[in-house]
Amino acid sequence: MNILDALAEVTLNTVSDVLPIAAIIFGFQFLVLRRKPAHFNEILWGFLWVLVGLSLFLLGLELCLFPLGRLMAGQLTDPVFIQAHHHAAALGGAIDWRDYYWVYIFAFAIGFSTTIAEPSLIAVAIKANEVSGGAIGIGGLRISVALGVAVGISLGCYRIVVGDPIHWYIIGGYILVVLQTMVAPKLIIPLAYDSGGVTTSTVTVPLVAALGLGLSETVPGRNPLIDGFGLIAFASLFPILSVMTYAQLAEFRARVARRKSKDSTH
Amino acid sequence: MKATLVKLFKAMLGSLRDLLPIFLVIAFFQFAVLQQPLPNTGELLMGVVFVVLGLTFFIHGLEQGLFPIGESMATAFARKGSLFWLIAFAFCLGFGTTVAEPALIAVAAEAADIAAAGAMIEADDDSREQYADGLRYTVALSVGLAIVLGVLRILKGWPLQRLIIGGYILVVIMTIFAPEEIIGIAYDSGGVTTSTITVPLVTALGVGLASSIRGRNPMIDGFGLIALASLSPMIFVMIYGMWIA
Repeated sequence: MNILDALAEVTLNTVSDVLPIAAIIFGFQFLVLRRKPAHFNEILWGFLWVLVGLSLFLLGLELCLFPLGRLMAGQLTDPVFIQAHHHAAALGGAIDWRDYYWVYIFAFAIGFSTTIAEPSLIAVAIKANEVSGGAIGIGGLRISVALGVAVGISLGCYRIVVGDPIHWYIIGGYILVVLQTMVAPKLIIPLAYDSGGVTTSTVTVPLVAALGLGLSETVPGRNPLIDGFGLIAFASLFPILSVMTYAQLAEFRARVARRKSKDSTH
Repeated sequence: MKATLVKLFKAMLGSLRDLLPIFLVIAFFQFAVLQQPLPNTGELLMGVVFVVLGLTFFIHGLEQGLFPIGESMATAFARKGSLFWLIAFAFCLGFGTTVAEPALIAVAAEAADIAAAGAMIEADDDSREQYADGLRYTVALSVGLAIVLGVLRILKGWPLQRLIIGGYILVVIMTIFAPEEIIGIAYDSGGVTTSTITVPLVTALGVGLASSIRGRNPMIDGFGLIALASLSPMIFVMIYGMWIA
């Protein structure tokens, strides 16, 4: 396809995404609040930058990342590839869940790296850093969320391969979240819960969906219509745990540092 | 002018660093694991340039447009003191940004295929479309209600974990009764509703509200809207699945 055509199409799509939001925002601003916000021109320019930026971003992903990523998800789950990496082939054993190890590694790596690039997570991290007065680092938060997504998606792939029912995993995750909420620092809890929802958008969802679909199509006995879903749910659950762990570690380190400085003054 | 260019260049380096892990992962799997060459390198390189520029512009626009408008509206609503209009705005923002979300439209269409394959609905196009639209409006309604609940929580200072844990208990109970085909979609629907433009706006709204109400902590009370918006669709989609079946 012609690049210019593609650019026009993706820009049109982004405009139609932004339009209802802009209509609600500016509708309430002028009909209900009836006041021009400060720096109104700058804000309008900001909307334009968001529009242009998001269009270019999506077009770029469509050009360089999505086709390769989708192809890879398909190739790594291909029975031929799995057969070639079948560790018990010499012993004559059947293929089991361990033979999908490249799939789990890919799931982990792609989950981590796409989350690091996720624009909405960058937005929340900037805000959290600002609100916490710098106590929550932008990088630290993003890395812990990305680790959570990576673990979640690998575990989700394992679930598709072995064919367990999804609700036991999710309910188990909920129990962990509830237990950890009781011991985690109070300030982090709302942010941790939020990071579950922000991780899965523009970059992560298309690749993860392709992986789920590829796996459920090729693993014997799986139905893509039923087993292909659920990876997003894993990717939204585990960051809650990893962000709370991040805060607990930071608190622990601060306590150790305090104790050390107290010792050295004595 | 020079200062602006330097700032832009630094921002682009930042975006490049954010995107580097993806490029490394793709390259490693392509060359080392699958052992294949890269197809049409020219197009790939152009894509990389677009992605880096796009992320840079988006973040610039975020700080200049989305964050300020979200916060200034939160402050203005708090000053106006009209609960009705604040609730109306919260609902419209949740419903309006979700109903047209492309990821949701795609998931709803797939869900309709599943329902047709499972003989829950007729397999013709009309009933499929009807089912998908119903699902889409259900999710949008649930996100609207979730944002309203989240705004009320900020005003009243309710602890978020009680609402979330209550929601989890509801999800578990609904899972027992909901038809099996809908469970995977319901669980996923929580994650797909919050788009790249909605998240910064809703976050700025929550933090702005919590900062302008006396006695609220922006860290404890300001965050949490997204969490509620990703939890409520799970419950509502399962209700929808039970109601159809």
